[in-house]
Amino acid sequence: MRELAYYEAKFEALEEIMAADQRVHLINGTFLSLSPHRHVYQNLKSKYGERMISPPISELGFCGLATGAAMAGLRPIVDLSTGSFIYEAWPQVANEAANAYSMSGGQTKVPVVFHLFHGLRGGGAAQHSGSPQAMLWNVPGLEIAIPSSPRDVKGLLKTAVSTDNPTIFVDHTRLLDIRGEVPESDKAIPFGVADVKRKGADVTLIATSYTVQVALQAAAKLAQERIDVEVVDPRTLVPFDLATILTSVEKTRRVVIADETHQSCGVAAEIAARIAETGFDKLKTRIRRVSTLDVPVPYSPPLEAHIGPSESRIMDAVRAAVA
Amino acid sequence: MRNNKTNSKELIDLLRRMWLIRAFEEKASALYAERQIVGLLHLGIGQEAVAVGACSSLREDDFVYGGHRSHGHAIAKGADINRLMAELAGRATGYCGGKGGSMHIVAKEAGFITATGVVGGTIPLALGAAFAAREKKRGQVAMVFFGDGAGQAGPFHESLNIASLWRLPVIFVCENNGYAEFTPLSAHTKIERLAQHAKTYGISASTVDGNDLFAVRDAMQKAVEKCRSGKGPVFVECLTHRMRGHYEGDPGKYRELSLLADWKKQDPIGRAARALKGKKAITEELEAIEREARALVEKAAKFALSSPWPEASEVDTQVTA
Repeated sequence: MRELAYYEAKFEALEEIMAADQRVHLINGTFLSLSPHRHVYQNLKSKYGERMISPPISELGFCGLATGAAMAGLRPIVDLSTGSFIYEAWPQVANEAANAYSMSGGQTKVPVVFHLFHGLRGGGAAQHSGSPQAMLWNVPGLEIAIPSSPRDVKGLLKTAVSTDNPTIFVDHTRLLDIRGEVPESDKAIPFGVADVKRKGADVTLIATSYTVQVALQAAAKLAQERIDVEVVDPRTLVPFDLATILTSVEKTRRVVIADETHQSCGVAAEIAARIAETGFDKLKTRIRRVSTLDVPVPYSPPLEAHIGPSESRIMDAVRAAVA
Repeated sequence: MRNNKTNSKELIDLLRRMWLIRAFEEKASALYAERQIVGLLHLGIGQEAVAVGACSSLREDDFVYGGHRSHGHAIAKGADINRLMAELAGRATGYCGGKGGSMHIVAKEAGFITATGVVGGTIPLALGAAFAAREKKRGQVAMVFFGDGAGQAGPFHESLNIASLWRLPVIFVCENNGYAEFTPLSAHTKIERLAQHAKTYGISASTVDGNDLFAVRDAMQKAVEKCRSGKGPVFVECLTHRMRGHYEGDPGKYRELSLLADWKKQDPIGRAARALKGKKAITEELEAIEREARALVEKAAKFALSSPWPEASEVDTQVTA
């Protein structure tokens, strides 16, 4: 099977989406953050420039505009680039877009996608390293996709555009250069279907976004210690595939959750609660979380490395779970 | 006269629409006092000329966005008062199945796309509708209503800038009733006329007497024509007054009674009726118009209060599509 870089798979998806549907507009960023692969954006622009729009630095204004355009029949994809910038647009995302379908009794659909890069990126410090997906998971009405591989970013992006709901597409700059298999005729990946990224028997290691890649490296090393780790990637937080996770837990009876949102009320907290509520009797030991420490993200590289769900922290948690 | 393009029958229809709004809101007020309507109820009694003058200048397929005080805008755009009253009463037959209520009206079939409980919240949304309208090339325009309080909020300024920059077909209708919630405008801004902001952003703007139905309609017709022909956004500030409190139950002690009495003389319905008499439109019809409006509203209230409550099983049916 052919191999693509993550950014190539993502732009293959964008190109297929733009070609297939005239209603799609790309608003604001390049979907690449500061990555050097600008040529893929330029290629896309040479074909679909009329539907690629650069607004002023008015997140509140253009996220609202995209929401309104979606209400009126278009299907915009907004790139907020740095995830923390969605805080500037919070009223339109959390209070208008998310509520519209329910508040209107089903009259108003809002097929808009808000794409953002979350998390620790190397020197982003406190204001450019946010992972707002946990807060957004607390807002009913939004769907949340969070890919971790070239194949997933392509398939999930296609679904994000085709659903009739406002979707948060949570991306990570550290994924952009990851390489992986992407079938030529890859289809959309439905929301709400978790993916077992590595099979194992001893511990269920649930991870999201870039942390899936870290978890896979940790699992490979732990195999040398004869610990057989199963890595499960939910791929979407809303809708959430608890069944696949519970099937894995039934087998391993041990759970570690690794994720880059802050620990309190974070993504790992919600997943842990769901497992405890429905699968407590399957557990042989307590659930362990490896989240970002509850501090504003520090600038200095060793400090930043210290707070995140690193390979060593994940390995320690897995070892503790099987001890 | 300014309204020389409008014939008597049309004028009677406009007055009928104003009375329908007035009667609807007075009935809503009574139902609120009886606790048949709960939560927050913001009435636009005294501001009907803006809603009717503006919406009567639009096509059926144009998009209208409102705010927290928008019963009048929805009715002026053609919303069904039965389903509207049922929504205020939280009933299953309401436009939103009882999930929206007074502040979050949506009557999509009538082109009333959405209200919002957040001051200024629909201004960026209206930009989106205007953007979509231009892409689809069907000549539609978007119109958004907001109060003077929105002029000090972020979405107002970001939206005016973008609308101007991209020449979007959107009409900003500012209902300047002089009070942002409980505070006079002068306590919130040094800007006396909100239209000044629009000029700053390079948007063509005017300020009109918002209690003069014909002045409003005249300004709106010109605005819509300009917008539809692709000449960019227009801002119309309508000076008006709400004759009730910010919300039903607001003691309103921040306003002088003499001022209120003055404004009552400027009641937009009374002024429109007097103008019609001056035009020798059928005088007998005027009283009948009020009676008919009140009868329709009584029917709407009956419909609402005899409608079933939403079932608890409905609560999670429309979270995501």
